[in-house]
Amino acid sequence: MTSLPDRTDKKLGLVIDLDVCVGCHACVINCKEWNTGGYGSSLADENAYGKDVSGSFLNRVHTYEAGTGQNARVVHFPKSCLHCEDAPCVPVCPTGASYKRAEDGIVLVNEDRCIGCGLCAWSCPYGAREMDPAENVMKKCTLCVDRIYNENLPEEDRTPACVRTCPANARHFGDLGDPTSDVSRMVQERGGMDLMPEMGTRPVNKYLPPRVRNAGCGEGETSKGNEAEPDAQLGGFLKWIDKALEAMK
Amino acid sequence: MHPAYSVIFFTTLTGFGYGLIVMYGFALIDPTTLAGKIGYVIALATIGGGLLSSTLHLGHPERAVLAFSQWRSSWLSREGVAAVIGFIPMGLAAFGAIILGENWHILAVVASLLSITTVYCTSMIYAQLKTVHHWATPLTCVTYALFSLTGGYLGAVAIGSFSGHSVKGDAGLALAILVFTWVIKGFWWRRADTDRAPASIETATGLGRFGPVRLLDKPHMTDNYLNREMGYVVARKHALALRRITWILGLGAPAVLLVASYAVSGIAAALILTLAVLSYLAGTFVERWLFFAEARHTVSLYYGQSLENGLEQ
Repeated sequence: MTSLPDRTDKKLGLVIDLDVCVGCHACVINCKEWNTGGYGSSLADENAYGKDVSGSFLNRVHTYEAGTGQNARVVHFPKSCLHCEDAPCVPVCPTGASYKRAEDGIVLVNEDRCIGCGLCAWSCPYGAREMDPAENVMKKCTLCVDRIYNENLPEEDRTPACVRTCPANARHFGDLGDPTSDVSRMVQERGGMDLMPEMGTRPVNKYLPPRVRNAGCGEGETSKGNEAEPDAQLGGFLKWIDKALEAMK
Repeated sequence: MHPAYSVIFFTTLTGFGYGLIVMYGFALIDPTTLAGKIGYVIALATIGGGLLSSTLHLGHPERAVLAFSQWRSSWLSREGVAAVIGFIPMGLAAFGAIILGENWHILAVVASLLSITTVYCTSMIYAQLKTVHHWATPLTCVTYALFSLTGGYLGAVAIGSFSGHSVKGDAGLALAILVFTWVIKGFWWRRADTDRAPASIETATGLGRFGPVRLLDKPHMTDNYLNREMGYVVARKHALALRRITWILGLGAPAVLLVASYAVSGIAAALILTLAVLSYLAGTFVERWLFFAEARHTVSLYYGQSLENGLEQ
């Protein structure tokens, strides 16, 4: 159980569009909500109403600034388990609690076998695993394994909670092992990238980089060509005509 | 990385105990003398105590038996298996020496081979982690083995002096081994201070194509498990001062005491050598604390922290 499968033909995972994420944290909240009551033990919080509130989450959104000066941009950056093909968290597990499913590539923790040694969290470069403060077992993104195969849910809900809830449609779920799938085509077209490729983990989840800005969209050009805007020079009768014609549109 | 006292006690104490066992394997301690018998008790107590201490680190110690199952892939599991198997020849040899007054040397040899194997497995738990580049070097295994063997040799010299052996020459060799071990640890530190980090915030986010990247907002207001476990920062401010304490307790004081043991003989020399062992153990304890506290994990990058030590001067 503890060794990685030789290969997984199906590679279920997420594609996250950094150009679209608005940093609203809805994915974080819905992930917490679903996984607190769903698969495995709850995702506990410590001192939830006190000063030093802390808790386990499977998905968190960081915010970065990339570039400098006029070219600097703000990028909201959701991060969860990448369900790596060479997942370093699996072989280090001494009990076999950590495993990667051969049938679909999802990396999971068997909480009944977890001794809470924390070595899997040490071996993950991305910080995708967090110890549950109440249960003392390792928690991680399950790709909502209890939603995506759940025939009791309406078909449109059989997708990870973070994907289902994203109001900006920045998150996509699918089979990255199938080159014809929507997610694979997205990765192909937009140059989907791996996080920290030098760690050799070969993540399944891909990130779509922010698009390069259009030329001519810079400072002082925002109102150019916007012909619907009434000219400030207009006055009197012409302004009345302008308004009347605007109303007839 | 968060320095858990259970793990520091574990690696320091078992390292010393296993080093002592190896000295029995090399026939440097006579197990039939009273001091030799007490040495076996100390070795078994430090190994057993250390192993028990390591289970305090677990969230579910009652399931620890499962940790023996994954020896094919996990160094932590291999360490557990080697430690438990090692107890068999070690316990039998100690039983023979303490209860029957017999020196079953072949068992001591087997026990010392398993001891070295266990220390190697322990060191590989850290050396295998690409995520902590300070640890990810074969030098980590070398230093763990050297600290264990040096502790064992110092212990053997002290035990020998209690059982009436002349220690003059032994103390000289102990001094040489002690200096050698700390020189290698010096190299380890030098590497940790100057080695280039394997990743950057730019590769961690994939945003390097737009230029330098910096953290604007953390995902949460207070600390979480990741910050506490992997982003430990308390030691860094005092790292250089703590290293000096390590050098003094682990190398300086034991070296002076080893030299001082030449000036006296008998029980006085034995007591001075015991002090040298205790000081060395205190030094390795601080060294082990720094080993964890100074280590930087790649997850720190996502929180805007550097992976470099920044101590090179």
